[in-house]
Amino acid sequence: MLNRTIAPKIIDPVAFDIHLPACKKHTLTNGVEVYALDLGNEDTLMVNWVFYAGNWWEKKKAVAAATNFLIKNGTSKRNAFEINEHFEYYGAYLNRTCYNETAELTLHTLGKHINELLPVVAELVQDSVFPQEEMNIYVQNAQQRLKVNLQKCEFVAGRLIDAYLFGENHPYGRYMQLDDYAAVQREDAVDFYNNYYKQGRCVIFVAGKLPKDIIETLEKHFGNLPLKPRSTSFAATVQHPIQPAAQKKHEILNDPNGVQSAIRIARPFPNRQHPDFQKVLVLNNVLGGFFGSRLMGNIREEKGYTYGIYSYLLNFTSESGWMVSTEAGRDVTADTVKEIYYEMEQLREELIDDEELMMTRNSMIGSILGDLDGPFQVIGRWKNMILNNVEEGYFERGLQIIKNITAKELQELANKYLVKEDFYELVVI
Amino acid sequence: MIQFEKFTLSNGLRVIVHEDHSTPMAVLNVMYDVGAKDEDPNKTGFAHLFEHLMFGGSGNIDDFETPLQMAGGENNAYTSNDVTNYYIQLPAENLETAFWLESDRMLSLAFSEKSLEVQRKVVIEEFKEHYINKPYGDVWFKLREMAYKQHPYRWMTIGKELSHIENASLQDVKNFFFKHYRPVNAILVVAGHVKGEQVRQLAEKWFGDIPAGDKYIRQIPDEPAQKEARVMEVKANVPLDAIYKVWHMDNRLDHGYYVADLITEVLGGGGSSRLYQRLVKEKQLFSQIECYHFGTVDKGLLAVEGKLVKGVKMEDAENAINEEIEKLKQGGITEKELTKIKNKTEATLAFEDMSVLTRANNLAFYELLGDVNLFNADRDKYFSVTGDDILKYSQKIFDPNNSSTLKYYSEN
Repeated sequence: MLNRTIAPKIIDPVAFDIHLPACKKHTLTNGVEVYALDLGNEDTLMVNWVFYAGNWWEKKKAVAAATNFLIKNGTSKRNAFEINEHFEYYGAYLNRTCYNETAELTLHTLGKHINELLPVVAELVQDSVFPQEEMNIYVQNAQQRLKVNLQKCEFVAGRLIDAYLFGENHPYGRYMQLDDYAAVQREDAVDFYNNYYKQGRCVIFVAGKLPKDIIETLEKHFGNLPLKPRSTSFAATVQHPIQPAAQKKHEILNDPNGVQSAIRIARPFPNRQHPDFQKVLVLNNVLGGFFGSRLMGNIREEKGYTYGIYSYLLNFTSESGWMVSTEAGRDVTADTVKEIYYEMEQLREELIDDEELMMTRNSMIGSILGDLDGPFQVIGRWKNMILNNVEEGYFERGLQIIKNITAKELQELANKYLVKEDFYELVVI
Repeated sequence: MIQFEKFTLSNGLRVIVHEDHSTPMAVLNVMYDVGAKDEDPNKTGFAHLFEHLMFGGSGNIDDFETPLQMAGGENNAYTSNDVTNYYIQLPAENLETAFWLESDRMLSLAFSEKSLEVQRKVVIEEFKEHYINKPYGDVWFKLREMAYKQHPYRWMTIGKELSHIENASLQDVKNFFFKHYRPVNAILVVAGHVKGEQVRQLAEKWFGDIPAGDKYIRQIPDEPAQKEARVMEVKANVPLDAIYKVWHMDNRLDHGYYVADLITEVLGGGGSSRLYQRLVKEKQLFSQIECYHFGTVDKGLLAVEGKLVKGVKMEDAENAINEEIEKLKQGGITEKELTKIKNKTEATLAFEDMSVLTRANNLAFYELLGDVNLFNADRDKYFSVTGDDILKYSQKIFDPNNSSTLKYYSEN
């Protein structure tokens, strides 16, 4: 008879020897680096162009985002419809995203169509014309989208907490008002495009089942463009002072009829270069990094105050922050906030026991192993390290920390960072 | 083409094995043939609430999460109107842990009063987060009730109203479990770095002795053909006017389903789609517009929804949508559009297949539809759709008498 009360034997994932599949670095004639990862069974491919063209570089609000959005809305040869139709005809997706330091173009396609698509991406990078009509439509629709989002408590909270941490003038804390969109002129976008895309600093990531001649093909279409290579110290050429909010505690009534509150509790935290960063990832996992975390266990699984609660380190390059985030019932807001601080206090005062620490190690390793399953995830890990300028061995060091960090070290980190007075606290109803 | 094998345990549990040794991971996926459509109209939201309770411990295992995390695994679940699906992904070496956990909660749930009490609250917060505390959050509650008069797709998976969740009792939980969560109503898929023989042994060991249960015979009324255009107007505290239109379409296995799927691509798939190009870019009547369908097993809905540019009249916006639909009914699509939507379908499927988890999930769903071999056969059905099919089918479904329209006005 099967005894179901006894768990099957497991191999502790901490015993696994995990390797990040290698990606190859190539350099095009103009100095632009290409990081290539050949992995996978399907004929699928992702090419990702990262430009140093985020809002870090804009002189006027909303320009970086508008330029990034409108880059595929017209060249001297094709209008926006023809550009969209070209990519969509081949079943491909060309997405663009604007971040803080960087802004990107990302192509997902079947490998067999790559030669039809790359020339048009190069055209967008060199010959985008930003038609006034496209600009007008963009402004109008961006304003409308913002109006809808401003009714959502979690959207309002997400903007404000970053502004409290970094200041409204800092690229990480800057957020849009309706008028900011309208203030963007066509000339602003054209200028920004010329400086930060056409002759901008660029790095390319390519992953999937790579065609044999992929590097030659990229060289052919991008190697002779007037692009510049990235440089690790480039972001530091423009300084943005951090101006955190004077007041730590904020409450906003966004919707008097709201039935939930968006709660954000956050503190400044150093970036990935800091020796504590990877260690705190482990502590964060215990606090609120996954479904089995203490915050989830207490506030969702024990009390039923929320559908979900998480904590995480902000994914910024030059500075980070440590954030707790949830939407909770309006009537249990105060108690939810109290319990968040209670869980921080527990981590400061009590050592994490062996079982919980082992569970955390195993689940983090298992999660990394699962996350390395596929070319796009693996190149994502490389990209993260490269763009954050962390040195060789970062991934391996992270694994060693997960496997070896002690309960005492974690308690010390909790005492260093999980200090109530250091946190900004925001409730938006 | 992907490879798999299938066998059935003596208790009726269907097991599908899909080997993929390019990954170090294993996936164990259990799909139960029960969804919100199987609920009592006075106790809606129950299938989904029940899904939450499946994490509250089982007969021999108090805590589901800890041993799984110890084994390096992750898991989640979802409920739709048609199915309830649970999946675990973990390092292949620890596959047996997934068998142990998943079989024990199929054998017997803990039926804990505490777990029910907490998860009722969690689901109520989920309800609030997604449907009450959001602008336009109530739209699909209204539209489903307009479009369906008989079929249980008339309520949302989350439930028709909060009180149904508040009133759920432990007896309801027990009844539901023994009616639906039996081997005979379930499909097990094991995929990834696993071997067929290994899965056979583990399935027999952990699931073999669970009582079969009675096959649940679904008796759901067909939705009668709609014979009149249905229109509703509401006013709410939202910043922009919006319009939503739905039409009834065929069920998942019917040829019409594939045609409808491609129609949504022509109308709403991407920046070169007809509705986006004509109504957002050229006429500038909408700030955003979408076209999609619900992907349901029984006869579903094809939907168009859009937010109006401030100042545009509802009537003009609606006429413009109707005009595009009329063009499709009159002129069909071009060869270029047909090639485009098929290329897109080909690419979408290839990207989907990259993930072993998605493959496992889809294998279970096709078996639930009636035959796991549909996983491969289904693709040809998309590629066999002709331009003429699209013309004829759009003439069939885009009948005003087959439509429901919700005009959602801003109070501001």
